[in-house]
Amino acid sequence: MQGLRAAVAGKEILRGVDLRVRSGEVHAVMGPNGSGKSTLAHVIMGRPGYEVLAGSITLDGVDLLALAPWQRAAAGLFSAMQYPTEVPGVALADMLEEALVAVGRGGGDVAGRMRREAERIGFDERFLSRPLNVDLSGGEKKRNETLQLGVLQPSIAILDEVDSGLDIDALRLVARRVEAETEERGLGVLAITHYRRLLKELRPDVVHVLSRGRIVARGGAELADELETTGYAGYAESDGAGPNRERPDGDGPMNGNAR
Amino acid sequence: MSSFTAEAVGRLAGPPWLVRRREEAFRRFTSTPMPTVEEEVWRYSRIPELDLADYVPFVDRAPGAGIVPTDLAAVRERLGHCSAVVVVANGRITHVELDDAVRAVGVQVGRLTELDPEGASLGSVTGEATNAFGLLHDAFNADPVLVRVPAGVVVPDPVVVLHWTDVDHSVTCPHLVVEAGEDSEVVVYDHGASPDVDALTLPVVELHVGPAARLRYVQAQLLGPRVWQLGRQVSRVDRDAGFSTAMVALGADYGRLEIESVLAGRGSSGEMLAVYFGEEGQMHDFRSLQDHVAPRTTSNLLFKGAVQGHSRSVYTGMIHIGKDAAGVDAFQTNRNIKLSDGAWAESVPNLEIENNDVRCSHASAVGPVDEDQRYYLESRGVPPAPAERLIVLGFFEEVLERLAVPAAVPHLRAEIAAKLTRREVSGVGAGA
Repeated sequence: MQGLRAAVAGKEILRGVDLRVRSGEVHAVMGPNGSGKSTLAHVIMGRPGYEVLAGSITLDGVDLLALAPWQRAAAGLFSAMQYPTEVPGVALADMLEEALVAVGRGGGDVAGRMRREAERIGFDERFLSRPLNVDLSGGEKKRNETLQLGVLQPSIAILDEVDSGLDIDALRLVARRVEAETEERGLGVLAITHYRRLLKELRPDVVHVLSRGRIVARGGAELADELETTGYAGYAESDGAGPNRERPDGDGPMNGNAR
Repeated sequence: MSSFTAEAVGRLAGPPWLVRRREEAFRRFTSTPMPTVEEEVWRYSRIPELDLADYVPFVDRAPGAGIVPTDLAAVRERLGHCSAVVVVANGRITHVELDDAVRAVGVQVGRLTELDPEGASLGSVTGEATNAFGLLHDAFNADPVLVRVPAGVVVPDPVVVLHWTDVDHSVTCPHLVVEAGEDSEVVVYDHGASPDVDALTLPVVELHVGPAARLRYVQAQLLGPRVWQLGRQVSRVDRDAGFSTAMVALGADYGRLEIESVLAGRGSSGEMLAVYFGEEGQMHDFRSLQDHVAPRTTSNLLFKGAVQGHSRSVYTGMIHIGKDAAGVDAFQTNRNIKLSDGAWAESVPNLEIENNDVRCSHASAVGPVDEDQRYYLESRGVPPAPAERLIVLGFFEEVLERLAVPAAVPHLRAEIAAKLTRREVSGVGAGA
C-alpha cells in the first residue's frame, strides 16, 4: 500500500498511508479512536462509500483498487469485520460454497471443514446452522469470522478489532488459529486493534501507530508494550488539526431499504 | 362476451339447488358492471387489460375419472404420505383418495354436491358475491370440493387439493370449502398449476375454523406465465380457534388474490403469510383484510415479495378492529425487494380502528437488496449475482420455514431459486 488517501462522505480520513505486509508476517495497526483504523480496513476491502483519493494497493502485483470487493477476496484478501453484518436466512455453508465456487474450489466438503475449524476455535457447532451472524453474540460473531478465514484460506487477512467481544480464552484460541495460518500457509496479517490484549496472544512483527490518517510511528512488538503505558496522547497531538472522530463502522452508507 | 350465456350455464351438471344458484348468479352477473380501476379496490390492478371475449367458460362434460396430470403426480409424489388427495382439472374433480383411517373417523373429502346434498356449506363463509367476478364464479362453479373434519378429529397428514388448468382460452371457477369442526386439527395444501396456456381462473376458497379448531392452509400458485387468476379466500375463525393461511405466488401473468380473515370468535387468532416473486411481465396483486370482530383476538400478517425484470406487485392491507373487539393484537408487515430498475412494487397498509383497547402496528417497505448484506457476502468472495440470490432466498426463508407443509417447501424454494438463476443467466443481475 502506497500513499493511500481516502475519504468518507467527502471528508479525508486517510492522508497518505504506506504499508507492506509480507507473507507470514503479522502487522498491527494501533491508534486512538478516530485515527482511521477501520477506514483503512474498509478501503482495502473496497466497501461502498469509501472513496480512494490517491495511492495504490496491490496484492502479489494485482491492483486491488481496480477490483470489486468479491474479486479482491478471490485474489486472496480476507477482511474480518469489526461488526459482521446479519444476513437473515442465509446459511454460512451456502455463502462459503459460493465463495469457493467463484475461485474454482467448489464441490468440496465445506460442512466438514466448517466443523473442523469450529472445533479449533471453540465455536459451538450449533451456531453453524444459524443464519449468518443472526442471534450471535459479539464474541460468537468474531469466532464466526475467524472460522471463515480458516475455510477460505486467504493470503492476506485484515482483522478489524477481532479481539473486541472475545473473552480471554476465546481470544487465545482465535489468535492461535490465525498464528497457525501464518506459520503453516504463510498468511500475512494486518491486525487493527485499539488495545494490546490481542497482541499478547498474536505477536506482531511490526507495530504501526496510526494517527489522524497517517502512520506516525513504527516499531517492533515492544512499541505496543510502550503504548500500553504511555497511551496515544503523544501521537494524537502530533498534527495540529482539530478533533477528528472516526466514522463508526456500523454507520456506513445507508441502503435504499426503509426500515 | 357472447360465450358467457345462460345456455352455457345450463350445460353444467349438478343438483337442482346448485343449478338454481348458478342461474341466479348469472342473472345478476348480466346486470353487474365489470369493475374498473376507478374503484379503490381495483386501483392498481390490470383489470383494464382483461377482455372476457378472449375466454370461453369451460362447461364441457366432466373429463373421465382418475385423470391425474403428470405434473401433479410429481407434486403428489414429493408430498409423501397425505391423509387425502383431490385432483381438480379445469374446475372438475377427477380424482379423490382418502386414507382409510381418516375416513373411519368421519373425515369427508371430495365432491361437495355428494357430501353435502343440501349445499348449505357452499357460500357459508363468503356470503353473497361482491362483484362481477364473484358472480361469474358462482355462475360457472362446476364442481366444488368439500373438506370436512368432524369435531375433535386430528388429521395426521396434509389434505391436498391439486388444481390443474390446461385448456386454452378457458375460464374455470374452482371452489374449495374447508370446515374444521370444533377442536379438530387439519393442514390443507392447495397447489395450483398449469402448463403455458392462455386461461382465466377465478378460484374461491372458504375456510371455516370451528371453535378451538386448528386449521392451517397453504396455497402454492404455480400457474403458467399467460394465466390470469382473480381469486378470493375468506376465512371465519371461531372462539379460541387458531388459523393460519400462507400463500406462495410464483406463477401467472396476473395473479390477484383477495384474502379476508374474519376473527369472529373471542380468543381466536389468525396468521397470514405470503411469499410472492414476479419476473418478466408478471404481476402479483394481494389484498388482505384482518377483520377483528370479537374481543381478545390476535392477527399477525407477514407478506414478503420480490420483483425482478419489469414485473410488478401490489400489496394492499387492511386491519379492521370492530367496536366490540377489545384487547386485540393486530400486526401487519409487508416487505418487498425490488431487484431491477424496471420492476415496481407498491405497498399500501391501512388501519381502521373502532375500539381503543388494541395493540396494532403495521410496517411496510420497498427497496433494493440490502447493501450491507450484499457487501458482507461479496467481501467473502461471493460475486454479486449469487450474493443477491442467497440474500433473496434468505429473505423469503422467514416465511418458507414456517409453512405448515414442510414437504412442499424444497420444491417451492427451488422454483424461487430458478427465477433468480434465470435473472443471472439473462444478465440483468446486479452489476459489480
